[in-house]
Amino acid sequence: MQSILGVHEAALLFRARRMEVLAANLANADTPNYKARDLTFSAILDERLASARRIETTDDRHIEIDPLASRELLQYRIPHQPSLDGNTVESDLELARYAENAVSYQASLLFASGKISTLRTALTGSR
Amino acid sequence: MGTFSTFDIAGSALSAQSLRLNLTASNLANMHNVAGDAAAVYRARHAVFQAAADPFGDVLAGVDVLGVVESSAPPIERYDPGNPQANEEGLVYASSVNAMEEMANMISASRSYQSNLEVINTAKNLLLRTLSLGQG
Repeated sequence: MQSILGVHEAALLFRARRMEVLAANLANADTPNYKARDLTFSAILDERLASARRIETTDDRHIEIDPLASRELLQYRIPHQPSLDGNTVESDLELARYAENAVSYQASLLFASGKISTLRTALTGSR
Repeated sequence: MGTFSTFDIAGSALSAQSLRLNLTASNLANMHNVAGDAAAVYRARHAVFQAAADPFGDVLAGVDVLGVVESSAPPIERYDPGNPQANEEGLVYASSVNAMEEMANMISASRSYQSNLEVINTAKNLLLRTLSLGQG
């Protein structure tokens, strides 16, 4: 299935995960000392690339080397105007990022459904 | 896990913010209460929020209401012997609810409620579109 949808499957998963993180930020917009976090696309991309060139382990006693295993993919946001109560959520910015993420999700969804209809056309012989 | 937890996260925020709105309503309604005893007078109530930890992952999810605390601001002492609730010295104690603070709280709570509702609506639309993926 992954070869059919290609990169769009991973993109959809990333967007869904980011939607959750941004929803958590917005939910805690009034929680004292809550620090806003986000997933960055480049962090996920780096991780994917690293796992692509992971060193093969052919024996149980081999130690797997994963250069990015310890790296946290979720990163704290640097606030423009932190609140007095230690909260770093900026609701309007979070909402804008949420909207942007939702549009990107829809784009990935469109690409994926395009792939499916291509396949369907091939299967039914363009009838 | 997955997109469904967006509903849990935003839902917990909706309930927390509506509790905050209810407390504001209660504070404003009891703003002009007086009592003959300083201990019996109404005190402003405020909710305390805390980020709820997601038991299945590293992402903090949703918001918990830790509890409701009463304001420690001292009641306002007033000399009003004509008041039926006045004590022997003719004093009444008025609630120290701050109307400005309550109104600001109300606006903040209603804005947060709106943004969380928008999160739920967007997530719902996206999920419905995902469900119809490949149909037609």
